[in-house]
Amino acid sequence: MTLPWGCFLRDNSFVFNSSVAIIRKPRIALAAGIGVAVLLQSCGGWIDPYTTQVILFAAINVILAVSLNLVMGETGQFSLCHAAFMAVGAYTSALLTGKALPALLSHLSWTGSSWASQLSFLPVLVIGGLVAAIAGLIVGGPSLRLRGDYLAMVTLGFGEIIRVLLQNTNAVGGARGMEGIVPATNLFWAVGAAVVTIYTMIALVRSTYGRGFQAVRDDEIAAAAMGIDTTRFKVTAFVIGAFFAGVAGGLYAHAVEFISPEGFNFLRSFEIIVMVILGGLGRPVGVAIAAILITLLNEWLRDLSEYRMVVYALIIILFMIFRPTQSLTSFLRRIIPGGRKAASA
Amino acid sequence: MTTAPGKALLEARNCSLRFGGISALTDVSLHISPGELVGLIGPNGAGKTSLFNILTGVYRPTEGEVLFEGRPVTGLPPHSINRLGMARTFQNIRLFGSLDVTMNVRTSFIARLRGGLLHTIRRGKSFRSEEEEIREEGRRLLAYFGLEEAAAHPSRSLPYGDQRRLEIVRALATKPRLLLLDEPAAGMNPTEKEELKRLISRIRSEFGTAILLVEHDMKVVMGICERLVVLDRGSLLSSGTPAEVRADPKVIAAYLGTSSGQTEAAA
Repeated sequence: MTLPWGCFLRDNSFVFNSSVAIIRKPRIALAAGIGVAVLLQSCGGWIDPYTTQVILFAAINVILAVSLNLVMGETGQFSLCHAAFMAVGAYTSALLTGKALPALLSHLSWTGSSWASQLSFLPVLVIGGLVAAIAGLIVGGPSLRLRGDYLAMVTLGFGEIIRVLLQNTNAVGGARGMEGIVPATNLFWAVGAAVVTIYTMIALVRSTYGRGFQAVRDDEIAAAAMGIDTTRFKVTAFVIGAFFAGVAGGLYAHAVEFISPEGFNFLRSFEIIVMVILGGLGRPVGVAIAAILITLLNEWLRDLSEYRMVVYALIIILFMIFRPTQSLTSFLRRIIPGGRKAASA
Repeated sequence: MTTAPGKALLEARNCSLRFGGISALTDVSLHISPGELVGLIGPNGAGKTSLFNILTGVYRPTEGEVLFEGRPVTGLPPHSINRLGMARTFQNIRLFGSLDVTMNVRTSFIARLRGGLLHTIRRGKSFRSEEEEIREEGRRLLAYFGLEEAAAHPSRSLPYGDQRRLEIVRALATKPRLLLLDEPAAGMNPTEKEELKRLISRIRSEFGTAILLVEHDMKVVMGICERLVVLDRGSLLSSGTPAEVRADPKVIAAYLGTSSGQTEAAA
């Protein structure tokens, strides 16, 4: 299997060295990442609203892509319903902040600057993720016995079922969607959640336990013969992936303040798949970078209006043909200070 | 049959396996004592791999049962059978190609990890000490089998003989009491075959593991096995010491054909 960008992790580059540091001291990296999130939030006043929104979208896409990478890249299971898990998380959390919780706790404000109102968003996100994880268990449990194309069909079907169910449920606005969701997502929550997602995925995979996912991907029969419960590993990957997709959904709903079933169709799933493939299957850091680049690409192409999707697709195709395995390595070395030194050392 | 049934490590009782109208195995019984080295031979299509797959849980026998250390294991999934103490290799090598050599061995410890998912994500002290133990044991195993220099290479880049060896090491890392080797000498040159024979004897003397060896190569089988079981067309043809089996007219007929069989074939 040829791995696109992710391969730069093998080189003696800055990115490689720093990811080694993350592997060695993952908890320090986690603390540092959350520190960055806090810093971003406290500097939030100086960042203009448009940039803020782009950062939020990038962080949400990073969560989606890195979590799908566990299912597709590490475990080798083709899933076409990641956006559906996102929808489950988005609707669940929007219902919580919009209807359920205000009825219970009327004094709660989601957008206030006090720590209490800030922290109250955390359980909302977690519950959204958990409900999505349950959905993942329901789909994954029976269907992960299937392989390849068949699993893709089942997940595609599930994604459509969720979309159609939402479209026909008046309590959540049906096809009109839900609007007026409180804008509780801020830089801290989005970037913090992205950092936690990347940490979780790297900590999980770079361990003896985590190699089980890759063993299942490489050879299921051999993995079972080595005592690995392959179904359990596949379902675990699916459920964890769904959980983080649900969290991303919650962040998305409270960032754009409006959600509709159409926003979570299979094209959205496909966009996440593109990020995973572009970033290099099984390379969490590469996938995160790809997610950021695609978010930016989407923004840069806004000026082209109706030709946007054409150019977008063209760039993706060109990217796939001329996989910049080497060029991205040197590109990163050039732009990251100290990268060249590490490379020549 | 020298061992009492109660003492058998592995026992297959009257196993049959049918795929629709095709009978792959008919009424096959087999027993292996702890520490024993048994060879399973037979012409192509005799059902050797089918029997292997029944023993390791890949197939469920249509009739009959399999006992491991006196416990029925018929119909258990392969990973549960491995956890009980039976490990296997494959006729067509099945390594985890994208993982390096060390990682291939470390996957064998997954089923016996003390902690699971949350334990791994938390990366606490006990996680780190367990990882270190596993790394150390993997290193020791690789060094013992002369693979330490290849440790960081992707397993698919190894030479053929080393891949076979790595598969055996990976199986041994699950600490089995019974090791099942499916045609380990297939595709090996004479030097590699000699090495393999030494390797198998070493495994027995150092690890005390019982071994069931499926093999085509008569030289390998006759040289190292204490007892042979011969399958032909899905049923048990003969069993005994290599010398006994070699002298058995039924075995000679199955392998070389009888004179009447030859005339029939010629006609």
